[in-house]
Amino acid sequence: MRDALGAVGSVLVLGGSSEIGAAIAGELARPRSAVVILAGRDDSRMGAAAETVRAVGAGRVETMAFDADDPGSHEQVMADAAGRAGQDIDVVVIAFGLLGDQCADEAGGPGAVRLATTNYVGAVSAGLAAARLLKKQGHGAIVALSSVAGERVRRANFIYGSSKAGMDGFFQGLGDSMAGTGVHVMVVRPGFVRTKMTEGLPDAPMATTPDAVARATVKGLQNGRQMVWVPAQLRLVFAVFRHLPRPIWRRVPA
Amino acid sequence: MDRDRDRASEGRRLLSGWGRTAPTAAAVRCPESRTELEQALAAAGPRGVIGRGLGRSYGDAAQNGGGDVAVSSRLDRILSVNLEAGLVTVEAGVSLDQLMRAVAPLGYWPPVSPGTRHVTVGGAIASDVHGKGHHRDGTFGTHVPSIDLVAPGPGPLTITPEGSPDEFWATTGGMGLTGLIHRATLELLPIETSSVRVDSERTPDLDATLRVMSERDRDYRYSVAWIDCLARGSALGRSIVEFGEHARLDELPAGRRSRARALRFAPRDSLPAPPWVPSGLLNRATVAAFNELWYRKAPARREGHIVAAAQFFHPLDAVDGWNRIYGRRGFLQYQFVLPDGEEATLRKIIEELVNHRCASFLAVLKRFGPANPGPLSFPRPGWTLALDLPVSFSGVARLLDETDELVATAGGRVYLAKDSRLRPELLEVMYPELPRWRKVRERLDPDRRLQSDLLRRLPALADPTQAPARPARAGRQP
Repeated sequence: MRDALGAVGSVLVLGGSSEIGAAIAGELARPRSAVVILAGRDDSRMGAAAETVRAVGAGRVETMAFDADDPGSHEQVMADAAGRAGQDIDVVVIAFGLLGDQCADEAGGPGAVRLATTNYVGAVSAGLAAARLLKKQGHGAIVALSSVAGERVRRANFIYGSSKAGMDGFFQGLGDSMAGTGVHVMVVRPGFVRTKMTEGLPDAPMATTPDAVARATVKGLQNGRQMVWVPAQLRLVFAVFRHLPRPIWRRVPA
Repeated sequence: MDRDRDRASEGRRLLSGWGRTAPTAAAVRCPESRTELEQALAAAGPRGVIGRGLGRSYGDAAQNGGGDVAVSSRLDRILSVNLEAGLVTVEAGVSLDQLMRAVAPLGYWPPVSPGTRHVTVGGAIASDVHGKGHHRDGTFGTHVPSIDLVAPGPGPLTITPEGSPDEFWATTGGMGLTGLIHRATLELLPIETSSVRVDSERTPDLDATLRVMSERDRDYRYSVAWIDCLARGSALGRSIVEFGEHARLDELPAGRRSRARALRFAPRDSLPAPPWVPSGLLNRATVAAFNELWYRKAPARREGHIVAAAQFFHPLDAVDGWNRIYGRRGFLQYQFVLPDGEEATLRKIIEELVNHRCASFLAVLKRFGPANPGPLSFPRPGWTLALDLPVSFSGVARLLDETDELVATAGGRVYLAKDSRLRPELLEVMYPELPRWRKVRERLDPDRRLQSDLLRRLPALADPTQAPARPARAGRQP
């Protein structure tokens, strides 16, 4: 149960091997040694994430199976996670997602559809399942990890960007639909985050870290925000970018 | 089964405590009779039901996310007044405001009056509230000869301190978790006038404040100190200490001595806090200025000042919805008690608050008298300090986590009726009689029909196996 100052008793991360998801779970769990449940596909990477979360001061940490690409299982995953928590789920972090390989995916193969399925279809299904559970509880928060790439889709990564644009819009609408239910939905839009997912890519301007995203997320939840940009200045940057003429915008590099 | 159906679709309302933090949605019912109270218990789903009065608990004691909340607004009848014995029997939803308006003209006053009169009798019992008279009169529960309780296990019961002490003392201070209160009989205090004679003294520092309170409070029914929580250094703990007595008829000005005039109690319906009040109104600078002014305007010593009871007991009730001035994120109240002899800890805590430039708009210090037998009743002999703190004040989480530790180590405790953020692992350290309370609750509510957000946040209340381990030191929270 969340307390008056935002400390929580339990966190569920969907996409349990995500570094950003683990950083958020750790930051949320620390004050009250909260229960953390990491749900994902890759057991060994989740094990490492579990260690990280334990190290920063979480209480009990468990891992369980979750496949974003299997929407039929999501309802059951939520029920199982609630059972494992042994208490209400205070925060659900939607942290799964694929970055893809824009050039290869444009050239053909299953990559583009797979990315769209995971990042958008999976998020819609898991988001609705999470919202239904939290609504029954009468309280709880959903943190959806979107991206600045979804604010205005760019030529350089439009497959990924459009999937984030879709899930970003979905969670904004979900948040509005939850008004009055006690459920709070917050969309987090990080810029370039240095993680395994982005390893080998050159740093974009205003690159940030999973810990910075985690701190901004926890602060945003405490303040009841519906949207958080990390770093915060990206909001202003994109206020300009949004209005750049298309011939200029399409030349903005990766 | 009927009660296992999906309840998420039912009409729900978002409820929070007076501090407006952590709201949750629940299905609200308004039972009107004993039968309807029994029905409310029977119809409770897996997430249970909790009673609620006027929502003046600061935290989450009277909210129940995803479950039912039985609001006592329709149990609002004063059933009988016995003028010879000074007893009144009321339904649980009768407010102290309603009771005062009814009995003051008859020459009576509720035995215990907390800082607001907009609380219900049911809530006052469930929180075992206290007032400025605790050092002499004890808690609210001490003046309740009998309670009609609808408990989920045994059903309707009439509980009394003599006939059923376990059930009675588990219910007073039991945070609503032993049953739904239907009716109660209260002892009343005879008064000659509805005014209060106030003597006050301005003290220059904490030592003087504690000394004045200890030396003088035995001579008065009521005592309280308004402490300036921003004064530092040699002025640390400077206060205005107020003592009060119900004024006698011959103490009123000659023109106001008719019985009807003297007992008149009709405080104006309160003014709402205007919606345009900026939420940042209470900041360190304005609070400091207010405290400075408050302290300076008080005379060094004043005797025999006659004021209206409402002004003495409930100064904040003059502004309806004053809780909104803390802004959208809300605020919390932190109230703890330290046993006599722990004055050094009290000083340390106040020093910490001052060092953090913790702008508490309201800081009230009082000396408690003897405790009652309630296992969860908050007051025990010693010093209690209550602080209002805006949630937006950075560092408040960590500061209070550390204060919890100091309070627990000193053998003190925090007040559950005001709590909204206690470290769960310290609950049983602060309330060592908790196992005794759990046994009685188990008997009164074997199926755990009574649930609340407070219970979910502090699961060790009901279940010792849920008590988290006590970490070596306070957790960090940015």
